[in-house]
Amino acid sequence: MALPLVLTNNYTYEIAILVGLNAIVCVGLNFLIGYAGQISLGHAGFYALGAYGSAVLSARYGVYPVISVPLAVGGVAMLAWLVGKPVLRLKGHYLAMATLGLGVIVSVVLANEDWLTGGPDGMTVPPLFITGEKAWYWAVGAVLLLTVWLAQNLIDSPRGRAWRALHGSEVAAAAVGIDAARHKLAAFVLSAAIAAFAGALTAHYAGFLTPSKASFLHSVELVTMVVFGGMGSTLGAVLGAAVLTTLPQLLTVFKEYEMALFGALLMLTMIFMPQGLVPTLEKLLAAAGRKAE
Amino acid sequence: MLLRAEKLSKHFGGVHALEGVSFEVAAGRVHSIIGPNGAGKTTLLNLLSGIYRPDQGKVFLGNESLTGKPQHRFAAAGIGRTFQNLQIFFNMSALENVMAGAWLHEACGLAAAALRLPRLARAEAEARRAARELLDYVGVGRWADSPSTGMPYGALKRLEIARALAARPKLLLLDEPAAGLNPTETREIDVLIRRIAEGGVTVVLVEHDMKLVMEVSDRVLVLDHGRRLAEGEPHAVSHDARVIEAYLGVEAC
Repeated sequence: MALPLVLTNNYTYEIAILVGLNAIVCVGLNFLIGYAGQISLGHAGFYALGAYGSAVLSARYGVYPVISVPLAVGGVAMLAWLVGKPVLRLKGHYLAMATLGLGVIVSVVLANEDWLTGGPDGMTVPPLFITGEKAWYWAVGAVLLLTVWLAQNLIDSPRGRAWRALHGSEVAAAAVGIDAARHKLAAFVLSAAIAAFAGALTAHYAGFLTPSKASFLHSVELVTMVVFGGMGSTLGAVLGAAVLTTLPQLLTVFKEYEMALFGALLMLTMIFMPQGLVPTLEKLLAAAGRKAE
Repeated sequence: MLLRAEKLSKHFGGVHALEGVSFEVAAGRVHSIIGPNGAGKTTLLNLLSGIYRPDQGKVFLGNESLTGKPQHRFAAAGIGRTFQNLQIFFNMSALENVMAGAWLHEACGLAAAALRLPRLARAEAEARRAARELLDYVGVGRWADSPSTGMPYGALKRLEIARALAARPKLLLLDEPAAGLNPTETREIDVLIRRIAEGGVTVVLVEHDMKLVMEVSDRVLVLDHGRRLAEGEPHAVSHDARVIEAYLGVEAC
């Protein structure tokens, strides 16, 4: 929040806003990956559907953005429920496969239905009541803080413990009456809705949308952010989003190798700190603290 | 009868793990299930807790039929359990493990949880206190706030019991609670099981430690090769010729 002091031009504000929006998505995705123990490879699809949903409603049908944003979020939540309901009754990682398929379908539809979405050329999006980089910076920051606060409350509630229990041992969770399928579905729908909300905000902020937002690679980026930052750590999700959003901007020379960079980082994380950045640092600090005593 | 199992059968491929086993457990008793390795004890426990669905047969708790229902419904009906190979929530502290065990009694809505409504905050404080009490009750209170990964094996066994009790079960299934424990720890588990039974929770115990079984049980069911071999008072069962034969082999007779 103290960043405006250092941020001197619009470009740096733009990156900070992008970090904030990605962080919101990651805090939501972390419910699913870090707590409910499931992976979604189609979160860019939900993100893009939120963006395009609100964009199409407001640009083509004249719905006020204040109304089109929640409508898009609700629509995506319903879609996630419909996809998740049958899939999450199965044990194992079928959700990853189903969302992978869904993400690909979304990206193809967005690219080809040009009468609605403008196709690969993209479409312009009417602005929200927030205008200017600075205002957006504060708005996104506030939304991120609110998301983190809600997430922390949720994780520290009986429901959050039920989700963590599922990740710890599904059979033991069921043995104390936790309905695995229902809770995984709730975590999945919530994470999809949050992604859609961030997507809708992005659309109105940027004022222009292209189908690249829905790409499979973007889904992988989002998962990498959560895993790198630390599964099951809200702070980790925010930090993961911050590092992996800014890094490619700083290393523009390597633009073509961006995905290779993400892949290498994911591999190195899994090998050297499988718990992710923040939990690993917390452990090191705790160990150092014990040594100091 | 609190629990009624009727002619339960379970096959895994060509292996008949359990063949038409019926048995009943009266409320307030400690009922043990013994038998040589591979007799079907754990299979029976998994059928009684809903982890497996029987190929044939039925399970009733009181008058409620649980046959074919999903596992979490068995817990909701009042059947709790522990696991032979530990199934601790290693991503949580000991206290949180027990609090998670109380899920059935403190379920809350998504919105109430996210907004941390005052009503929930009060319920949480109460849940924390109750969980601490349960940890003290099973004798691992001093590990309450430590991560479960740092707890010794014997303490984890007790933590599983505390977590199962947090769900306030009518029937508690204990799968080898003394396995891997030294004689002193085993005696302490003996005392704990009796205390649980006296507290009004019916116990079904699967155990290899015969001394523990003989001391703590009101009734004993003996399984062999997936079939019911004998059932009765511990003393009678331990003198049953068929039981001795199953354990020691025919030549020994």
